[in-house]
Amino acid sequence: MNNPHHLNPTSLKSRFTTRFLRALTKIRAQKPISSSSPTEIFRRYRRIKVAADKSMAYSVRSRRIWSRAMLWKLRSRSYRRQDPCSGRRSGKTNQAIMKKSSNGNITRRREDGVGFVEEADELRQLVPGGETMNLCNLLDETAHYIKCLTTQVQVMKKIADFYSF
Amino acid sequence: MSGASNKITDDELNALILRLGTLLPQLNHGRHGRASSSTTKILKETCSYIRRLQKEVDDLSKRLSKCLDSMDITSSDAEFLTNLLQQ
Repeated sequence: MNNPHHLNPTSLKSRFTTRFLRALTKIRAQKPISSSSPTEIFRRYRRIKVAADKSMAYSVRSRRIWSRAMLWKLRSRSYRRQDPCSGRRSGKTNQAIMKKSSNGNITRRREDGVGFVEEADELRQLVPGGETMNLCNLLDETAHYIKCLTTQVQVMKKIADFYSF
Repeated sequence: MSGASNKITDDELNALILRLGTLLPQLNHGRHGRASSSTTKILKETCSYIRRLQKEVDDLSKRLSKCLDSMDITSSDAEFLTNLLQQ
């Protein structure tokens, strides 16, 4: 059960599960049970989705470029809701964070992708923080991101099955 | 060339692409195993796989939102679930 290599599925899974269950409990407690209007259910679905991403990003912490990008996105979103003026400032901060993580290779990335620039760019849109990654980082981050996504799906499925019979 | 390794070598690139290929469900039939799956194909498959996973998360969120009311998550449940998932 002990995986010494890169991603330890056991601990990431349990970290994510614990966080996510905690978030679900909070979301459930927020609204009275009587409300089952489509609007309410929709709002809940959005909250659950954010909670799932948040739980995963926090479980990975800042060890990965993509998790840092996701955490930044989640945090700036909640700030923006409180203070509309912070939007401009956070844009600049984003550049600074991204520049640091990609080793300043922002302008260089085109020369790396010989023959598959389009596909690489498409991938960049899908992986959080991908727009500023060089090709090497992008491929590395993608592998980890996929592993985390599959964990996320697996756990959420188990939870849904567990509570829906 | 440059010691800063801004340019990725072909070997490194191939290794990373191959690793991605092993993560993809469709490509894992191991037809020839080697260069038959081009980089472009692997990247394309990766994109659609990520999209599929993200959609699954979305659908599961919807599903959970519907049955959230009936979820009484006790601490023993959390422990049980975590153990269940570790297998």
